[in-house]
Amino acid sequence: MKHRTFFWFFLPTGLAMLLFIALPIVSVLFQSVHTPHDAVLVTVENCGPFGCKEETTIDQEATRALRDAEPLGKFVGLQIYFDRGHLAVAEVAEAWRSTDSIGAFLGEISDLPFYRAMGFTLTYTFTVTPLLIVLGLMIALAVNSLNRHLKGLVIFFSLLPMIVTPLIGSLILFWMIDSRGVLGSALQYLTDDPTLSLKASTGLTWVMLIIYGVWHSAPFAFVVFYAGLQTLPQDQLESAQIDGATRWQRVRYVVVPHLMPLVTFVALIQLMDNFRVFEPIVGFNAEAHATSFSWIIFNDMGGETRLLSSAATTSVLTILGVAVLLTPVLIRTWQDFKGKT
Amino acid sequence: MKFTHIALASSVLALAATAGSACEISARVNIVGNEFPAIHSVADAAKECTGGEVKANLTADHQKINVAGMTGNPAEYTSAIIANSSIVALMNEDVIRPLDDLVAKHGDGLQKPQLITIDGKIMAVAFMANAQHLVYRADVLEEIGVEPPKSYEDLLAAAKMIREKGLMENPVGGAYKAGWNLAQEFNNMYLGHGGSFFEPGSAKVSINNEQGVAALEMMKSLSEYMNPDFLTHDSNATNAEFRAGNVALMNMWGSRAATLADADGVVQEVKDHMAISGPLTVAGGSDAASTLWWDGWTVAKNIPDAEAEATFVALTHGIRPEMLNEETEPQAVWLIDGYEPTDAAQGVFEAVQMSTSPYPMLPYMGLLHTALGAELSDFMQGKESAEQALADAESAYTAAAKEKGFLN
Repeated sequence: MKHRTFFWFFLPTGLAMLLFIALPIVSVLFQSVHTPHDAVLVTVENCGPFGCKEETTIDQEATRALRDAEPLGKFVGLQIYFDRGHLAVAEVAEAWRSTDSIGAFLGEISDLPFYRAMGFTLTYTFTVTPLLIVLGLMIALAVNSLNRHLKGLVIFFSLLPMIVTPLIGSLILFWMIDSRGVLGSALQYLTDDPTLSLKASTGLTWVMLIIYGVWHSAPFAFVVFYAGLQTLPQDQLESAQIDGATRWQRVRYVVVPHLMPLVTFVALIQLMDNFRVFEPIVGFNAEAHATSFSWIIFNDMGGETRLLSSAATTSVLTILGVAVLLTPVLIRTWQDFKGKT
Repeated sequence: MKFTHIALASSVLALAATAGSACEISARVNIVGNEFPAIHSVADAAKECTGGEVKANLTADHQKINVAGMTGNPAEYTSAIIANSSIVALMNEDVIRPLDDLVAKHGDGLQKPQLITIDGKIMAVAFMANAQHLVYRADVLEEIGVEPPKSYEDLLAAAKMIREKGLMENPVGGAYKAGWNLAQEFNNMYLGHGGSFFEPGSAKVSINNEQGVAALEMMKSLSEYMNPDFLTHDSNATNAEFRAGNVALMNMWGSRAATLADADGVVQEVKDHMAISGPLTVAGGSDAASTLWWDGWTVAKNIPDAEAEATFVALTHGIRPEMLNEETEPQAVWLIDGYEPTDAAQGVFEAVQMSTSPYPMLPYMGLLHTALGAELSDFMQGKESAEQALADAESAYTAAAKEKGFLN
């Protein structure tokens, strides 16, 4: 393609990307290095149904003057990035100095909101992603070997977990695993422990969230792999069969290498998705046991007093995290691509 | 029978007409507010007004949208229904207007205590009061031969007896869900211990002290008698436990009391023996371990004066004495002339008489509430000490207050 042709061909897409992807990111970056102005506080008398009281309020006139002078807010550089709500540089240094073992240090660190969220987010991402790929592949292989009359029905049912909205899916499961719910009671009966409660223990909550994550995303992997299985090189499979390869060997040496580009694709999408884990935490009311970066953003923006700079900072750090996470996969894709051309 | 009904209905209509409560407005009204029966009644009454469209968006997520919805010029919402905690967010952003002129012109029916005055300017009109107080099962207490508790210490003793007698495994209920609810329970308990949240006249937090530790220890002791899932239970889930007959004693919102035993599938004993009394004290203190709340409405700043006037007229119509009837009266403790307290209102009235502290209307209280909600759950799970949890909450608050410009 000539450069000129390419330019005009790409222009609309490029503009849309600039408008809807690049600009919002720039605006979030901008917000994360600014904070609101100092509030000018005055003490006034407030009266209401329960009597009068001296209370503090914001002096709007004085604050407006500050705001008009600097409409963007106060430039603070990386201050928000380093404060306790985010990278907590001072707190981490202090913990490093005051502890004498790595375990104690990690214990101190996991008390800080950002690192606690990171702990869960990374655990979730790196357990759910491989598990859902394996499970998705297994379902795809199973469905592919079904009688063709059954296939349609089984595919439909296998996709159901993905059709349910994550928030609703997790809420339904939340009530089922309640100590008075169907699954919760069944577990208490099976383990013969009437005090067992999945929601009261951090470890069990994590396991539950991970199982939910795999249950919810496996259909996506399944559908992608199932489509891939329709393009299997039949001659190769037949020759392998004639050479005496077992079913397992055929899967291991023919099917999986054939599906490898799709595995990369699913891993790419799901790493990104799982890194943004959010709905299950809200649906399972799990914030006492597990938080994630997205949840922190939600919490900052939903409070009575919104912390927009803090939310912006966490967003930027999340974007950086996704970039770091995807780098190996992207490098692999690039090498595959170069190998082909 | 049918005839009397019709006769009654027509006489009520006639009364309404003669009371001169017809409501005529000339511009649009758009209300945003929380979602519970009392607020629905106010919004429905406001919608009786003719001449301009009256819309209402009542949702539990109102706090996430009200500031944004009132910031534009002209603002999308002409009024936000708020409480003494959430008016602060609107005041901080300067999106509501003083109502003195409108009160002078249209506010004849309003009582003085309804007018929320900040720095001499009327900023909101309150229409109901709310507080958390004791809700209990009279039959269960009778069975163990104990008077309704007056303090949290009494409540713990009663809970112990109920469990030992094998009546209930987890007799105490509490909305201890991590986040807003847990923080609110701490606020109640901390004020009950005589604590104060900030150093006088400053945004500097001070909760890591004797009272703070004592408050947390009491919450921990209570949680031993709660459903083990208590950190996921908000007031809805706590009510569900009470309705199912699993709970005998709980600290619950007054605005829930009237409808508590109404839902489908409520156990008969619960319906028959549910009782209410005032908030509990703690640690021998005289102040109730609870906070007083009012709900009220505001008028947006960034709207034409005609719309502001229409909003004021419609909402004043929404809380006029004639809106009180058999259906609306039990929904709330109304701050409306002519309101006769029903049985369900008893707890809130006792809270007012016990000189319970109002929830502080401070610009930075919301930040502390959020910090407490996120940081106290580690202590409740036994993962760290009370002092550590309070220190964490203090540093989380301080970081947030610095960002918002309340602290340097």
